Amino acid sequence: MRALAAIAFAFAAAALAAHAEELGYDGARHLLNRTGFGASDAEVRAFSTLDRREAVERLLSGARREAALAPPAFVSEPFVPYSQMRALSQEERMAAQRKAFQQGVELRAWWLREMTTTPSPLTERMTLFWHNHFATGQQKVKSGVLMYRQNVLLRREALGNFASLLHAVSKDPAMLAYLDNARSRKEAPNENFAREVMELFTLGEGHYGERDIKEAARAFTGWSIEPKTGEYKYRPFFHDAGMKTVLGRSGPLGGDDVLDILLARPETAQFIVGKLWREMVSPTPDPVEVKRLASVLRESRYEVKPLLRAMLLSDAFWAPENRATLIKSPVDLVVGTLRTFDIRPLDMRPAVAATAALGQNVFSPPNVKGWPGGEAWITSSTLLGRKQWLDRVFRGSDSMVAPAPTPVRAAGDAVGENVRFMRVLDNGMSTYAFDAPRWEASLGPTTDAAHLVLAMAPVNPPAEADSTAARIRSLVLDPVYQLR
Amino acid sequence: MSAFDRRDFLRLAAAVPLLAGARFAFAGSSARRLLILVELKGGNDGLNTVIPYADPEYARLRPKLALDRDQVIKLTPTAALHPSLAGLEPAWQAKELAIVQGVGYPEPNLSHFRSIEIWDTASKSDEYLEQGWLARAFARSPSPAGFVADGVAVGPGGLGPLSGGGARAISLSSPEQFLRNARFARDEGDSKNAALAHILRVERDVVVSASRLQPGRTLSTTFPQGAFGNAAHVAAQLASNESGIAVVRVTLDGFDTHANQLPRQAALLRQLGDGLAALRTALVEIGRWDDTLLATYAEFGRRPRENQSGGTDHGTASVHFAMGGKVKGGMHGAGPELRRLDGSGNLPFAVDFRSYYATLLESWWNIPAAPVLGGKFARIDFV
Repeated sequence: MRALAAIAFAFAAAALAAHAEELGYDGARHLLNRTGFGASDAEVRAFSTLDRREAVERLLSGARREAALAPPAFVSEPFVPYSQMRALSQEERMAAQRKAFQQGVELRAWWLREMTTTPSPLTERMTLFWHNHFATGQQKVKSGVLMYRQNVLLRREALGNFASLLHAVSKDPAMLAYLDNARSRKEAPNENFAREVMELFTLGEGHYGERDIKEAARAFTGWSIEPKTGEYKYRPFFHDAGMKTVLGRSGPLGGDDVLDILLARPETAQFIVGKLWREMVSPTPDPVEVKRLASVLRESRYEVKPLLRAMLLSDAFWAPENRATLIKSPVDLVVGTLRTFDIRPLDMRPAVAATAALGQNVFSPPNVKGWPGGEAWITSSTLLGRKQWLDRVFRGSDSMVAPAPTPVRAAGDAVGENVRFMRVLDNGMSTYAFDAPRWEASLGPTTDAAHLVLAMAPVNPPAEADSTAARIRSLVLDPVYQLR
Repeated sequence: MSAFDRRDFLRLAAAVPLLAGARFAFAGSSARRLLILVELKGGNDGLNTVIPYADPEYARLRPKLALDRDQVIKLTPTAALHPSLAGLEPAWQAKELAIVQGVGYPEPNLSHFRSIEIWDTASKSDEYLEQGWLARAFARSPSPAGFVADGVAVGPGGLGPLSGGGARAISLSSPEQFLRNARFARDEGDSKNAALAHILRVERDVVVSASRLQPGRTLSTTFPQGAFGNAAHVAAQLASNESGIAVVRVTLDGFDTHANQLPRQAALLRQLGDGLAALRTALVEIGRWDDTLLATYAEFGRRPRENQSGGTDHGTASVHFAMGGKVKGGMHGAGPELRRLDGSGNLPFAVDFRSYYATLLESWWNIPAAPVLGGKFARIDFV
């Protein structure tokens, strides 16, 4: 018995020792790449001398609740009511669509720049995580202002409280428009939001019945949008105040009551933890660990930081077999490349176009389920597209000469505008030029570039004799560069 | 031809390399015939595509959008083609154009994204599947080993019904561009790391496909200008490739005509009709018209009653075209029942889209459809 206790103690001591040890370069790289988007050599070195607990505390305490950059100017313009949009003439409608498109590009460029330059990448990763969880798309919402306001909300609670976030997102006008709840009335309740809130936002499939959805849809009637301001508005005349039963709980339930019923179910915390695990730890959640972490989340009344702390300090997070097991999203690839190599483009629109072309147009997820992610990111055309983009950035500054001018047709001509837009993107790409010798000179004296750039050893190690530029190019074109 | 005969035939073809030119390669690829899928992205308005011109309810629901019965191309006493689809008339006359009316599914979803996911995965309305229906089909029944790929998606927009693993599928915008960028891919073996193994598999697929793909062959058929004409051209080039391909998917985008529909849909249907007509000519030119099937699909049709903006909103059931040298031309399914609209003012469906798919799987390829589609769906008699 005593022997067993001694062995257990030895393990615990070893584990403690591991916690108290310095992360080292690879450990710091792993933590920063999983919690942010890439990481520069300076950032990795700054974390490499911390132990796990210190490093995680630094990330959590440095988390922001607001963006560091000023938002695009249009967000302070007044909200354009939907009724007004519907009443437009054909030309006005086309002009409004062009404007919405422009605002969408500005909004995406702003967010990608925030991700690229923020002192708290963890905040942006979690904001993107919640954007994917509470997926809402501008195709349907239309208003760039409402999309921006939702983004502000997601960031405010990114490392805040999931229960608060769920309640707030459910009343968020972009979400109310996206899932049709704004028009849901007691005479004909719209089930779209009621279904997705259970299936995709809280419980996960299989933990509710069709009857629960119908009853919950009645409870959410009346949650709507004030037409003039685009703010949330409760409309008592639309609300069904009758008795309802959701997941066995009965009463004259309102929407908030239903959300509380969903939050009280153990499946909700497990669902969130499983999803966060696939974002930060590995593609295959460990059921025992998920249960443990879910109870951390519930015991803290859905505070996000205690969950992140427990997950980032878990053995699974640091386990060698879980390193380099996640496929980079297009945002990881593009923003992570800019951060890792200290590239600060003057124009972020080409980055927006690249992430969109590679399958992740932020503010426009494919549907309410968000991006499928994982292996679905990589098809022959997206993989070749990724490498083509990397090739362009890392070919050296010679290739960044602006291309020959393309003939531009008359203004208003759709083809001409498209050509012009493509030329803007092409010219913008010239500000992505990577200067390999200068970058290498900025590295720490003991830094091995391969350990910064890749999460594991390359499939094709670069030849020693190659120039710096050729070695870097070889590393980013290696299949392993697609992993984090 | 039994499997044994076919194997013998292929062995014979391989043993006579001088003769094993394009002709024999086509004979080999006929072990799985070609399907060219045409996605009408945005949800094409079926009612103004194949028009129930004799039904007074049609004109009543569409005071602005109803087409003049003197301008439409009358096919039967009840159905007529949109005048922009004149390019399809020769195929109709030759009884090589099947028109399948009323294709849809129960409990229709009116979201573009969700509904195309339902079509791409052949799921039930309330079921989320990861794998496309063709990916499932080819996982069970792979194409012959010498094929370029099970499927090639032309242009941007993902793999659609080929997505989710299970099929050997590539996407490209032209054979030339694919071959140019294929230099970024290498066959680098395998890995125990599942994510890396997936990437290496995709790279290997690129390398394998690139080794069997020829730069686009020059055809004497001319294709209409524009994105769809280009895509149809690429499809014809892929059809003429010496190594086979089971599916080519092309896309025509822009059918989401909530406003100002008349000129917009007319322009789109012109591209569709002329593009498909050119494709037919090209497939005849390269000798593949008899072993190719063209079939359209879309996430949904549009609302029978026009809206206030000279357009139509998201609807449900719609009409689809199947064309080919072996197609049984004529009308299939059932015409729109404009007096039986549902609560949202939409059409009931007459043909489940999975019946449409079952026809493609079983009648065209002889792949058992029930395990792929998650149930038994009656075939339609157009092949």
